[in-house]
Amino acid sequence: MKMSVLIRLAALALLGVFLARPDWFDWLFAPLTRNGQAAIYTQNSLLNLTLNHLAIVAAATLAGSVVAIGLAILVTRPAGREFLPLSRTLANVGQTFPPVAVLALAVPVLGFGTAPTLLALFLYGLLPIFENALAGLASVSPEVHEAARGTGMTDGQRLLRVELPLALPTILAGIRISAIISMGTATIGSTVAASTLGETIMAGLINTNLAFVAQGALVVGALAIIVNTSLFAIERHFSRYRQDQR
Amino acid sequence: MIEIEHLSKLFDETCVVDDVSMTIPDGALVVIVGTSGSGKTTLLRMINRLVEPSSGRILIDGRDTSTIPAHELRRQIGYAIQGHGLFPHRTVGQNIATVPNLLRWDADRVKARVDELLALFQLDPAEFRDRYPSQLSGGQQQRVGVARALAAAPKLLLMDEPFGALDPIIRARAQEDLRQIQRRLGTTIVLVTHDMNEAIHLGDRIAVMDRAKLLQYDTPQEIVTRPATDFVGELLGTGERPFRLLSLQPVRPFIEPGEATGAAIGEGASLRDALEEALWSGRTAVPVHDIAGKPLGRVTLATAIRQAARPQ
Repeated sequence: MKMSVLIRLAALALLGVFLARPDWFDWLFAPLTRNGQAAIYTQNSLLNLTLNHLAIVAAATLAGSVVAIGLAILVTRPAGREFLPLSRTLANVGQTFPPVAVLALAVPVLGFGTAPTLLALFLYGLLPIFENALAGLASVSPEVHEAARGTGMTDGQRLLRVELPLALPTILAGIRISAIISMGTATIGSTVAASTLGETIMAGLINTNLAFVAQGALVVGALAIIVNTSLFAIERHFSRYRQDQR
Repeated sequence: MIEIEHLSKLFDETCVVDDVSMTIPDGALVVIVGTSGSGKTTLLRMINRLVEPSSGRILIDGRDTSTIPAHELRRQIGYAIQGHGLFPHRTVGQNIATVPNLLRWDADRVKARVDELLALFQLDPAEFRDRYPSQLSGGQQQRVGVARALAAAPKLLLMDEPFGALDPIIRARAQEDLRQIQRRLGTTIVLVTHDMNEAIHLGDRIAVMDRAKLLQYDTPQEIVTRPATDFVGELLGTGERPFRLLSLQPVRPFIEPGEATGAAIGEGASLRDALEEALWSGRTAVPVHDIAGKPLGRVTLATAIRQAARPQ
Protein backbone atom coordinates (compact mmCIF):
# COMPACT_ATOMS: atom_id res chain seq x y z
CA MET A 1 0.00 0.00 0.00
CA LYS A 2 2.64 2.51 1.07
CA MET A 3 4.82 1.55 -1.90
CA SER A 4 2.06 2.19 -4.43
CA VAL A 5 1.44 5.61 -2.90
CA LEU A 6 5.14 6.45 -3.30
CA ILE A 7 5.15 5.34 -6.94
CA ARG A 8 2.05 7.42 -7.61
CA LEU A 9 3.59 10.50 -5.99
CA ALA A 10 6.82 10.00 -7.93
CA ALA A 11 4.93 9.76 -11.24
CA LEU A 12 2.96 12.86 -10.37
CA ALA A 13 6.14 14.78 -9.45
CA LEU A 14 7.87 13.75 -12.68
CA LEU A 15 4.85 14.84 -14.74
CA GLY A 16 4.74 18.14 -12.84
CA VAL A 17 8.37 18.88 -13.52
CA PHE A 18 7.97 18.01 -17.20
CA LEU A 19 4.93 20.27 -17.60
CA ALA A 20 6.56 23.15 -15.73
CA ARG A 21 9.91 22.98 -17.48
CA PRO A 22 9.56 20.89 -20.69
CA ASP A 23 12.81 22.38 -22.04
CA TRP A 24 14.75 20.39 -19.40
CA PHE A 25 13.70 17.27 -21.26
CA ASP A 26 14.88 18.45 -24.69
CA TRP A 27 17.64 15.81 -24.74
CA LEU A 28 15.08 13.05 -24.21
CA PHE A 29 12.92 13.89 -27.24
CA ALA A 30 15.65 15.21 -29.58
CA PRO A 31 16.52 11.70 -30.91
CA LEU A 32 12.95 11.43 -32.25
CA THR A 33 13.27 14.52 -34.45
CA ARG A 34 14.67 14.82 -37.94
CA ASN A 35 16.41 17.65 -39.79
CA GLY A 36 16.74 19.90 -36.79
CA GLN A 37 13.00 20.02 -35.92
CA ALA A 38 12.07 21.42 -32.50
CA ALA A 39 12.03 18.64 -29.88
CA ILE A 40 9.50 20.30 -27.54
CA TYR A 41 6.09 21.65 -28.59
CA THR A 42 5.99 25.37 -27.88
CA GLN A 43 2.97 26.71 -29.87
CA ASN A 44 0.97 26.45 -26.64
CA SER A 45 2.32 25.71 -23.19
CA LEU A 46 2.04 22.02 -22.39
CA LEU A 47 0.86 22.95 -18.90
CA ASN A 48 -2.10 24.91 -20.25
CA LEU A 49 -3.02 22.16 -22.68
CA THR A 50 -2.90 19.62 -19.86
CA LEU A 51 -5.05 21.74 -17.55
CA ASN A 52 -7.61 22.31 -20.33
CA HIS A 53 -7.56 18.62 -21.15
CA LEU A 54 -8.20 17.72 -17.51
CA ALA A 55 -10.91 20.37 -17.16
CA ILE A 56 -12.82 19.06 -20.20
CA VAL A 57 -12.59 15.46 -19.00
CA ALA A 58 -13.61 16.46 -15.46
CA ALA A 59 -16.59 18.50 -16.67
CA ALA A 60 -17.80 15.76 -19.01
CA THR A 61 -17.36 13.04 -16.38
CA LEU A 62 -19.06 15.12 -13.70
CA ALA A 63 -22.05 15.89 -15.94
CA GLY A 64 -22.18 12.25 -17.05
CA SER A 65 -22.09 11.07 -13.42
CA VAL A 66 -24.91 13.36 -12.33
CA VAL A 67 -27.14 12.32 -15.24
CA ALA A 68 -26.27 8.60 -15.19
CA ILE A 69 -26.53 8.17 -11.39
CA GLY A 70 -29.70 10.24 -11.28
CA LEU A 71 -31.20 8.08 -14.01
CA ALA A 72 -30.11 4.86 -12.27
CA ILE A 73 -31.72 6.01 -9.01
CA LEU A 74 -34.90 6.99 -10.84
CA VAL A 75 -35.35 3.68 -12.65
CA THR A 76 -34.71 1.64 -9.50
CA ARG A 77 -37.55 3.39 -7.60
CA PRO A 78 -40.96 1.70 -7.81
CA ALA A 79 -42.38 4.73 -9.64
CA GLY A 80 -39.64 4.81 -12.29
CA ARG A 81 -39.19 1.11 -12.93
CA GLU A 82 -41.01 1.20 -16.26
CA PHE A 83 -38.39 3.61 -17.62
CA LEU A 84 -35.58 1.11 -17.14
CA PRO A 85 -35.60 -0.34 -20.70
CA LEU A 86 -35.80 3.16 -22.21
CA SER A 87 -32.88 4.44 -20.13
CA ARG A 88 -30.81 1.38 -21.03
CA THR A 89 -31.46 2.03 -24.71
CA LEU A 90 -30.50 5.69 -24.43
CA ALA A 91 -27.27 4.95 -22.59
CA ASN A 92 -26.41 2.27 -25.14
CA VAL A 93 -27.04 4.62 -28.05
CA GLY A 94 -24.67 7.11 -26.41
CA GLN A 95 -21.99 4.43 -26.35
CA THR A 96 -22.69 3.27 -29.92
CA PHE A 97 -22.04 6.65 -31.53
CA PRO A 98 -18.31 6.99 -32.10
CA PRO A 99 -17.12 10.27 -30.55
CA VAL A 100 -15.72 11.32 -33.93
CA ALA A 101 -19.19 11.06 -35.44
CA VAL A 102 -20.66 13.07 -32.56
CA LEU A 103 -18.01 15.74 -33.14
CA ALA A 104 -18.80 15.89 -36.85
CA LEU A 105 -22.52 16.13 -36.22
CA ALA A 106 -22.22 18.59 -33.34
CA VAL A 107 -19.93 21.14 -35.00
CA PRO A 108 -22.61 22.58 -37.34
CA VAL A 109 -24.88 23.13 -34.33
CA LEU A 110 -22.44 24.02 -31.55
CA GLY A 111 -19.59 25.49 -33.62
CA PHE A 112 -15.90 24.67 -33.29
CA GLY A 113 -14.13 24.47 -29.93
CA THR A 114 -14.80 22.92 -26.55
CA ALA A 115 -18.60 22.52 -26.74
CA PRO A 116 -18.82 19.63 -29.25
CA THR A 117 -15.97 17.84 -27.47
CA LEU A 118 -17.77 18.10 -24.14
CA LEU A 119 -20.93 16.72 -25.72
CA ALA A 120 -19.12 13.78 -27.30
CA LEU A 121 -17.33 12.85 -24.08
CA PHE A 122 -20.51 13.27 -22.05
CA LEU A 123 -22.52 10.93 -24.28
CA TYR A 124 -19.73 8.41 -24.60
CA GLY A 125 -19.14 8.28 -20.85
CA LEU A 126 -22.76 7.80 -19.74
CA LEU A 127 -23.07 4.05 -20.26
CA PRO A 128 -20.35 2.72 -17.92
CA ILE A 129 -21.53 4.97 -15.08
CA PHE A 130 -25.20 4.13 -15.65
CA GLU A 131 -24.66 0.38 -15.87
CA ASN A 132 -22.40 0.33 -12.81
CA ALA A 133 -24.82 2.44 -10.79
CA LEU A 134 -27.63 0.03 -11.72
CA ALA A 135 -25.50 -2.97 -10.80
CA GLY A 136 -24.48 -1.34 -7.50
CA LEU A 137 -28.05 -0.51 -6.51
CA ALA A 138 -29.24 -3.97 -7.55
CA SER A 139 -26.54 -5.64 -5.44
CA VAL A 140 -28.17 -4.55 -2.16
CA SER A 141 -29.56 -7.81 -0.76
CA PRO A 142 -33.30 -8.30 -0.08
CA GLU A 143 -32.53 -8.87 3.64
CA VAL A 144 -30.82 -5.50 3.88
CA HIS A 145 -33.75 -3.79 2.11
CA GLU A 146 -36.14 -5.53 4.46
CA ALA A 147 -34.11 -4.56 7.52
CA ALA A 148 -33.91 -0.94 6.36
CA ARG A 149 -37.68 -0.78 5.98
CA GLY A 150 -38.22 -2.68 9.22
CA THR A 151 -36.12 -0.23 11.26
CA GLY A 152 -38.39 2.58 10.10
CA MET A 153 -36.28 4.37 7.50
CA THR A 154 -38.21 6.51 5.05
CA ASP A 155 -37.64 5.97 1.31
CA GLY A 156 -35.14 8.85 1.20
CA GLN A 157 -33.26 7.61 4.26
CA ARG A 158 -33.02 4.15 2.76
CA LEU A 159 -31.54 5.56 -0.45
CA LEU A 160 -29.03 7.86 1.28
CA ARG A 161 -28.06 5.72 4.27
CA VAL A 162 -28.16 2.21 2.85
CA GLU A 163 -28.50 1.88 -0.92
CA LEU A 164 -26.09 4.56 -2.15
CA PRO A 165 -23.34 3.82 0.40
CA LEU A 166 -23.50 0.13 -0.52
CA ALA A 167 -23.53 0.91 -4.26
CA LEU A 168 -20.78 3.54 -3.95
CA PRO A 169 -17.73 1.35 -4.69
CA THR A 170 -19.40 0.02 -7.85
CA ILE A 171 -20.53 3.50 -8.89
CA LEU A 172 -17.01 4.86 -8.38
CA ALA A 173 -15.64 2.05 -10.57
CA GLY A 174 -18.00 3.20 -13.33
CA ILE A 175 -16.87 6.80 -12.96
CA ARG A 176 -13.25 5.67 -13.08
CA ILE A 177 -13.76 3.68 -16.28
CA SER A 178 -15.64 6.58 -17.86
CA ALA A 179 -12.95 9.10 -16.87
CA ILE A 180 -10.15 6.92 -18.28
CA ILE A 181 -11.98 6.43 -21.58
CA SER A 182 -12.60 10.18 -21.79
CA MET A 183 -8.97 10.94 -20.99
CA GLY A 184 -7.89 9.25 -24.22
CA THR A 185 -10.90 10.24 -26.27
CA ALA A 186 -10.50 13.94 -25.44
CA THR A 187 -7.41 14.10 -27.67
CA ILE A 188 -9.59 13.92 -30.78
CA GLY A 189 -11.34 17.09 -29.59
CA SER A 190 -8.40 18.96 -31.06
CA THR A 191 -9.69 18.07 -34.56
CA VAL A 192 -12.49 20.57 -33.91
CA ALA A 193 -10.17 23.13 -32.27
CA ALA A 194 -10.75 22.21 -28.63
CA SER A 195 -7.66 22.97 -26.58
CA THR A 196 -6.50 19.52 -25.45
CA LEU A 197 -3.30 17.50 -25.51
CA GLY A 198 -4.47 16.18 -28.88
CA GLU A 199 -3.12 19.44 -30.30
CA THR A 200 0.46 18.30 -29.68
CA ILE A 201 -0.17 14.91 -31.20
CA MET A 202 -1.83 16.38 -34.30
CA ALA A 203 0.94 18.92 -34.78
CA GLY A 204 3.40 16.03 -34.63
CA LEU A 205 1.43 13.99 -37.16
CA ILE A 206 1.08 16.89 -39.59
CA ASN A 207 4.78 17.82 -39.41
CA THR A 208 5.95 14.21 -39.10
CA ASN A 209 7.57 15.17 -35.81
CA LEU A 210 7.58 12.04 -33.65
CA ALA A 211 8.79 14.00 -30.62
CA PHE A 212 5.54 16.01 -30.49
CA VAL A 213 3.43 12.85 -30.87
CA ALA A 214 5.37 11.14 -28.09
CA GLN A 215 5.04 14.13 -25.75
CA GLY A 216 1.28 14.36 -26.12
CA ALA A 217 0.75 10.63 -25.87
CA LEU A 218 3.04 10.24 -22.84
CA VAL A 219 1.35 13.05 -20.93
CA VAL A 220 -2.12 11.64 -21.69
CA GLY A 221 -0.94 8.16 -20.67
CA ALA A 222 0.60 9.42 -17.43
CA LEU A 223 -2.58 11.35 -16.58
CA ALA A 224 -4.71 8.27 -17.23
CA ILE A 225 -2.56 6.13 -14.95
CA ILE A 226 -2.51 8.71 -12.16
CA VAL A 227 -6.27 9.29 -12.33
CA ASN A 228 -6.95 5.54 -12.50
CA THR A 229 -4.85 4.65 -9.47
CA SER A 230 -6.15 7.60 -7.44
CA LEU A 231 -9.81 6.80 -8.09
CA PHE A 232 -9.07 3.15 -7.43
CA ALA A 233 -7.66 4.08 -4.02
CA ILE A 234 -10.87 5.99 -3.24
CA GLU A 235 -12.92 2.95 -4.27
CA ARG A 236 -10.90 0.76 -1.94
CA HIS A 237 -11.47 3.19 0.89
CA PHE A 238 -15.25 3.02 0.49
CA SER A 239 -15.33 -0.77 0.24
CA ARG A 240 -13.07 -1.43 3.21
CA TYR A 241 -15.98 -3.08 5.04
CA ARG A 242 -15.72 -5.95 2.55
CA GLN A 243 -12.16 -6.71 3.58
CA ASP A 244 -10.93 -9.37 5.96
CA GLN A 245 -14.10 -11.39 5.86
CA ARG A 246 -14.14 -14.63 7.76
CA MET B 1 -51.71 -5.40 24.33
CA ILE B 2 -52.03 -6.16 20.65
CA GLU B 3 -55.45 -6.86 19.24
CA ILE B 4 -55.63 -8.31 15.76
CA GLU B 5 -59.18 -8.04 14.44
CA HIS B 6 -60.46 -9.90 11.38
CA LEU B 7 -57.21 -9.37 9.53
CA SER B 8 -57.01 -10.51 5.90
CA LYS B 9 -54.51 -10.10 3.09
CA LEU B 10 -55.11 -10.77 -0.58
CA PHE B 11 -52.29 -10.85 -3.12
CA ASP B 12 -53.85 -10.77 -6.62
CA GLU B 13 -57.01 -12.67 -5.69
CA THR B 14 -55.04 -15.19 -3.58
CA CYS B 15 -55.87 -15.03 0.10
CA VAL B 16 -52.67 -15.40 2.12
CA VAL B 17 -54.13 -14.42 5.49
CA ASP B 18 -57.82 -15.15 6.00
CA ASP B 19 -59.80 -13.42 8.73
CA VAL B 20 -57.33 -13.84 11.60
CA SER B 21 -58.24 -12.50 15.03
CA MET B 22 -56.07 -12.87 18.11
CA THR B 23 -55.08 -10.94 21.21
CA ILE B 24 -51.50 -10.81 22.43
CA PRO B 25 -51.15 -9.82 26.10
CA ASP B 26 -48.32 -7.54 27.24
CA GLY B 27 -45.08 -9.30 28.06
CA ALA B 28 -46.09 -12.55 26.33
CA LEU B 29 -43.93 -14.50 23.93
CA VAL B 30 -46.27 -15.63 21.18
CA VAL B 31 -45.00 -18.02 18.52
CA ILE B 32 -46.75 -18.23 15.17
CA VAL B 33 -46.01 -21.63 13.72
CA GLY B 34 -46.91 -23.10 10.34
CA THR B 35 -45.53 -24.59 7.15
CA SER B 36 -44.13 -22.38 4.42
CA GLY B 37 -46.91 -20.63 2.56
CA SER B 38 -49.21 -20.75 5.57
CA GLY B 39 -49.33 -16.96 5.80
CA LYS B 40 -47.45 -16.75 9.09
CA THR B 41 -44.80 -14.31 7.84
CA THR B 42 -47.40 -12.13 6.12
CA LEU B 43 -49.37 -11.99 9.37
CA LEU B 44 -46.24 -10.89 11.23
CA ARG B 45 -45.33 -8.28 8.60
CA MET B 46 -48.78 -6.74 8.79
CA ILE B 47 -48.17 -5.90 12.45
CA ASN B 48 -45.46 -3.36 11.52
CA ARG B 49 -47.11 -2.65 8.16
CA LEU B 50 -44.33 -3.97 5.95
CA VAL B 51 -47.41 -5.51 4.37
CA GLU B 52 -50.61 -3.46 4.37
CA PRO B 53 -53.70 -5.46 5.39
CA SER B 54 -56.48 -5.82 2.81
CA SER B 55 -59.08 -5.71 5.54
CA GLY B 56 -59.32 -5.82 9.30
CA ARG B 57 -57.24 -3.85 11.74
CA ILE B 58 -54.54 -4.07 14.39
CA LEU B 59 -54.68 -2.16 17.65
CA ILE B 60 -51.55 -1.69 19.74
CA ASP B 61 -52.48 -0.47 23.23
CA GLY B 62 -55.83 0.54 21.81
CA ARG B 63 -54.37 2.57 18.95
CA ASP B 64 -55.19 1.60 15.36
CA THR B 65 -51.81 1.13 13.64
CA SER B 66 -53.15 2.43 10.32
CA THR B 67 -53.45 5.90 11.88
CA ILE B 68 -49.67 6.14 12.47
CA PRO B 69 -47.27 6.82 9.54
CA ALA B 70 -45.68 3.45 8.68
CA HIS B 71 -42.06 4.53 9.27
CA GLU B 72 -42.91 5.98 12.68
CA LEU B 73 -44.80 2.83 13.65
CA ARG B 74 -41.78 0.70 12.69
CA ARG B 75 -39.43 2.77 14.83
CA GLN B 76 -41.55 1.81 17.85
CA ILE B 77 -41.50 -1.90 17.00
CA GLY B 78 -38.36 -4.03 17.02
CA TYR B 79 -37.87 -6.24 13.97
CA ALA B 80 -35.37 -9.09 13.63
CA ILE B 81 -35.21 -11.36 10.59
CA GLN B 82 -33.59 -14.57 9.46
CA GLY B 83 -30.06 -13.98 8.20
CA HIS B 84 -29.97 -10.91 10.50
CA GLY B 85 -30.08 -8.28 7.66
CA LEU B 86 -27.25 -6.26 9.20
CA PHE B 87 -26.05 -3.31 7.11
CA PRO B 88 -22.69 -4.55 5.79
CA HIS B 89 -21.19 -1.05 5.40
CA ARG B 90 -21.88 -0.08 8.98
CA THR B 91 -20.03 -1.21 12.08
CA VAL B 92 -21.72 -3.27 14.79
CA GLY B 93 -22.15 -0.12 16.88
CA GLN B 94 -23.66 1.84 13.97
CA ASN B 95 -25.99 -1.03 13.16
CA ILE B 96 -27.31 -1.19 16.70
CA ALA B 97 -27.65 2.60 16.76
CA THR B 98 -29.88 2.64 13.66
CA VAL B 99 -33.25 3.25 15.29
CA PRO B 100 -31.98 5.53 18.10
CA ASN B 101 -30.34 7.66 15.40
CA LEU B 102 -33.55 7.75 13.36
CA LEU B 103 -35.28 8.90 16.55
CA ARG B 104 -32.56 11.57 16.94
CA TRP B 105 -31.27 10.54 20.33
CA ASP B 106 -28.23 12.55 21.36
CA ALA B 107 -24.83 10.95 20.73
CA ASP B 108 -23.96 10.15 24.36
CA ARG B 109 -27.25 8.39 24.95
CA VAL B 110 -26.84 6.35 21.75
CA LYS B 111 -23.32 5.30 22.68
CA ALA B 112 -24.35 4.29 26.19
CA ARG B 113 -27.27 2.28 24.80
CA VAL B 114 -25.07 0.49 22.22
CA ASP B 115 -22.58 -0.55 24.92
CA GLU B 116 -25.39 -1.62 27.24
CA LEU B 117 -26.91 -3.86 24.55
CA LEU B 118 -23.56 -5.35 23.51
CA ALA B 119 -22.94 -6.26 27.14
CA LEU B 120 -26.44 -7.70 27.46
CA PHE B 121 -25.72 -9.99 24.49
CA GLN B 122 -22.32 -10.97 25.91
CA LEU B 123 -20.29 -9.15 23.29
CA ASP B 124 -17.47 -7.05 24.74
CA PRO B 125 -18.24 -3.48 23.60
CA ALA B 126 -14.59 -2.49 23.24
CA GLU B 127 -13.91 -5.50 21.06
CA PHE B 128 -17.04 -5.59 18.91
CA ARG B 129 -18.33 -2.02 18.63
CA ASP B 130 -16.15 -1.05 15.67
CA ARG B 131 -16.17 -4.34 13.78
CA TYR B 132 -18.02 -4.83 10.53
CA PRO B 133 -20.71 -7.54 10.31
CA SER B 134 -18.54 -9.57 7.92
CA GLN B 135 -16.00 -9.95 10.72
CA LEU B 136 -18.47 -11.73 13.03
CA SER B 137 -19.53 -15.38 13.29
CA GLY B 138 -23.10 -16.37 12.42
CA GLY B 139 -24.16 -16.51 16.06
CA GLN B 140 -22.65 -13.10 16.78
CA GLN B 141 -24.35 -11.57 13.74
CA GLN B 142 -27.68 -12.96 14.93
CA ARG B 143 -27.18 -11.46 18.39
CA VAL B 144 -26.29 -8.08 16.90
CA GLY B 145 -29.45 -8.31 14.75
CA VAL B 146 -31.59 -8.80 17.85
CA ALA B 147 -29.67 -6.10 19.73
CA ARG B 148 -30.42 -3.69 16.87
CA ALA B 149 -34.10 -4.60 17.05
CA LEU B 150 -34.12 -3.86 20.81
CA ALA B 151 -32.03 -0.68 20.61
CA ALA B 152 -34.80 1.86 21.15
CA ALA B 153 -36.34 -0.29 23.91
CA PRO B 154 -39.50 -1.17 21.97
CA LYS B 155 -42.39 -2.68 23.91
CA LEU B 156 -42.98 -5.06 21.02
CA LEU B 157 -40.44 -7.17 19.14
CA LEU B 158 -41.27 -9.03 15.93
CA MET B 159 -38.98 -11.89 14.89
CA ASP B 160 -39.16 -13.74 11.58
CA GLU B 161 -37.38 -17.11 11.83
CA PRO B 162 -34.63 -15.40 13.83
CA PHE B 163 -32.72 -18.63 14.50
CA GLY B 164 -33.24 -20.25 11.10
CA ALA B 165 -29.68 -19.70 9.89
CA LEU B 166 -27.97 -21.00 13.04
CA ASP B 167 -26.62 -24.49 13.68
CA PRO B 168 -28.46 -26.51 16.38
CA ILE B 169 -26.06 -25.85 19.25
CA ILE B 170 -25.89 -22.11 18.74
CA ARG B 171 -29.63 -22.04 18.12
CA ALA B 172 -30.39 -23.63 21.49
CA ARG B 173 -28.21 -21.03 23.19
CA ALA B 174 -29.78 -18.17 21.26
CA GLN B 175 -33.26 -19.38 22.24
CA GLU B 176 -32.22 -19.55 25.89
CA ASP B 177 -30.73 -16.04 25.71
CA LEU B 178 -33.88 -14.70 24.11
CA ARG B 179 -36.03 -16.20 26.85
CA GLN B 180 -33.86 -14.64 29.57
CA ILE B 181 -33.68 -11.25 27.90
CA GLN B 182 -37.42 -11.27 27.37
CA ARG B 183 -38.08 -12.02 31.04
CA ARG B 184 -35.66 -9.31 32.06
CA LEU B 185 -36.97 -6.58 29.77
CA GLY B 186 -40.64 -7.60 29.75
CA THR B 187 -40.79 -7.10 25.99
CA THR B 188 -43.77 -8.56 24.16
CA ILE B 189 -42.44 -10.85 21.43
CA VAL B 190 -44.16 -12.25 18.37
CA LEU B 191 -41.96 -14.87 16.73
CA VAL B 192 -42.55 -16.77 13.50
CA THR B 193 -41.12 -20.24 12.98
CA HIS B 194 -41.84 -23.47 11.08
CA ASP B 195 -40.31 -25.51 13.91
CA MET B 196 -42.87 -26.87 16.38
CA ASN B 197 -40.08 -27.76 18.84
CA GLU B 198 -39.00 -24.13 18.90
CA ALA B 199 -42.62 -23.03 19.34
CA ILE B 200 -43.23 -25.34 22.31
CA HIS B 201 -39.87 -24.54 23.83
CA LEU B 202 -40.24 -20.76 23.62
CA GLY B 203 -43.90 -19.86 23.45
CA ASP B 204 -46.21 -18.72 26.22
CA ARG B 205 -48.86 -19.09 23.58
CA ILE B 206 -48.73 -20.71 20.18
CA ALA B 207 -50.69 -19.71 17.08
CA VAL B 208 -50.86 -22.49 14.49
CA MET B 209 -51.49 -21.35 10.93
CA ASP B 210 -52.24 -23.36 7.83
CA ARG B 211 -53.38 -22.20 4.41
CA ALA B 212 -54.04 -18.62 5.47
CA LYS B 213 -56.16 -19.56 8.47
CA LEU B 214 -55.44 -19.47 12.19
CA LEU B 215 -56.28 -23.02 13.31
CA GLN B 216 -55.55 -22.76 17.00
CA TYR B 217 -54.23 -20.13 19.38
CA ASP B 218 -53.54 -21.50 22.81
CA THR B 219 -50.96 -22.39 25.46
CA PRO B 220 -48.41 -25.08 24.55
CA GLN B 221 -50.09 -27.49 27.01
CA GLU B 222 -53.45 -27.11 25.31
CA ILE B 223 -51.93 -27.39 21.82
CA VAL B 224 -50.15 -30.62 22.78
CA THR B 225 -53.01 -32.22 24.69
CA ARG B 226 -55.94 -30.94 22.67
CA PRO B 227 -54.91 -30.14 19.11
CA ALA B 228 -57.83 -28.40 17.40
CA THR B 229 -57.47 -30.15 14.05
CA ASP B 230 -55.68 -33.12 12.54
CA PHE B 231 -53.21 -30.75 10.95
CA VAL B 232 -52.13 -29.36 14.33
CA GLY B 233 -51.68 -32.95 15.51
CA GLU B 234 -49.57 -33.70 12.45
CA LEU B 235 -47.35 -30.69 13.10
CA LEU B 236 -46.76 -31.96 16.62
CA GLY B 237 -45.71 -35.38 15.37
CA THR B 238 -47.97 -38.04 16.92
CA GLY B 239 -45.09 -40.22 18.10
CA GLU B 240 -43.62 -37.40 20.14
CA ARG B 241 -46.67 -36.08 21.92
CA PRO B 242 -46.07 -37.68 25.34
CA PHE B 243 -42.50 -36.40 25.35
CA ARG B 244 -43.55 -32.90 24.35
CA LEU B 245 -46.08 -32.93 27.17
CA LEU B 246 -43.40 -33.98 29.64
CA SER B 247 -41.01 -31.31 28.40
CA LEU B 248 -43.63 -28.69 29.35
CA GLN B 249 -43.77 -29.86 32.97
CA PRO B 250 -41.05 -28.87 35.41
CA VAL B 251 -39.99 -31.54 37.92
CA ARG B 252 -40.44 -29.31 40.95
CA PRO B 253 -44.10 -30.13 41.82
CA PHE B 254 -43.38 -33.85 41.44
CA ILE B 255 -40.45 -34.11 43.82
CA GLU B 256 -41.18 -36.63 46.56
CA PRO B 257 -39.16 -37.30 49.71
CA GLY B 258 -36.82 -40.23 49.52
CA GLU B 259 -33.47 -41.40 48.34
CA ALA B 260 -32.33 -42.36 44.90
CA THR B 261 -28.93 -43.43 43.66
CA GLY B 262 -26.89 -42.25 40.71
CA ALA B 263 -26.50 -38.95 38.90
CA ALA B 264 -28.90 -36.16 39.92
CA ILE B 265 -30.89 -33.68 37.82
CA GLY B 266 -31.31 -29.97 38.60
CA GLU B 267 -34.49 -28.55 40.08
CA GLY B 268 -35.02 -26.50 36.89
CA ALA B 269 -35.20 -29.65 34.76
CA SER B 270 -38.39 -30.91 33.11
CA LEU B 271 -40.07 -34.27 33.59
CA ARG B 272 -38.75 -35.18 30.16
CA ASP B 273 -35.20 -34.74 31.42
CA ALA B 274 -36.05 -36.92 34.44
CA LEU B 275 -37.57 -39.61 32.20
CA GLU B 276 -34.57 -39.62 29.90
CA GLU B 277 -32.14 -39.84 32.78
CA ALA B 278 -34.07 -42.70 34.42
CA LEU B 279 -34.50 -44.68 31.19
CA TRP B 280 -30.93 -44.21 30.04
CA SER B 281 -29.38 -45.32 33.32
CA GLY B 282 -31.97 -48.05 34.02
CA ARG B 283 -33.16 -46.55 37.31
CA THR B 284 -36.69 -46.29 38.67
CA ALA B 285 -36.05 -42.94 40.35
CA VAL B 286 -33.55 -40.09 40.02
CA PRO B 287 -32.45 -37.66 42.76
CA VAL B 288 -33.14 -33.94 42.32
CA HIS B 289 -30.66 -31.35 43.56
CA ASP B 290 -31.01 -27.60 43.84
CA ILE B 291 -28.52 -25.22 42.22
CA ALA B 292 -26.15 -25.50 45.17
CA GLY B 293 -26.16 -29.31 44.88
CA LYS B 294 -28.27 -29.92 47.99
CA PRO B 295 -30.59 -32.98 47.63
CA LEU B 296 -34.29 -32.05 47.46
CA GLY B 297 -35.73 -35.54 47.04
CA ARG B 298 -36.43 -37.73 44.03
CA VAL B 299 -38.63 -38.09 41.01
CA THR B 300 -39.80 -41.58 40.12
CA LEU B 301 -40.09 -43.14 36.72
CA ALA B 302 -43.72 -43.99 37.55
CA THR B 303 -44.53 -40.30 38.11
CA ALA B 304 -42.99 -39.32 34.79
CA ILE B 305 -44.90 -42.04 32.94
CA ARG B 306 -48.16 -41.05 34.65
CA GLN B 307 -47.67 -37.39 33.65
CA ALA B 308 -46.94 -38.38 30.05
CA ALA B 309 -50.48 -39.63 29.55
CA ARG B 310 -53.02 -37.45 27.83
CA PRO B 311 -55.01 -35.52 30.48
CA GLN B 312 -58.68 -36.41 30.48
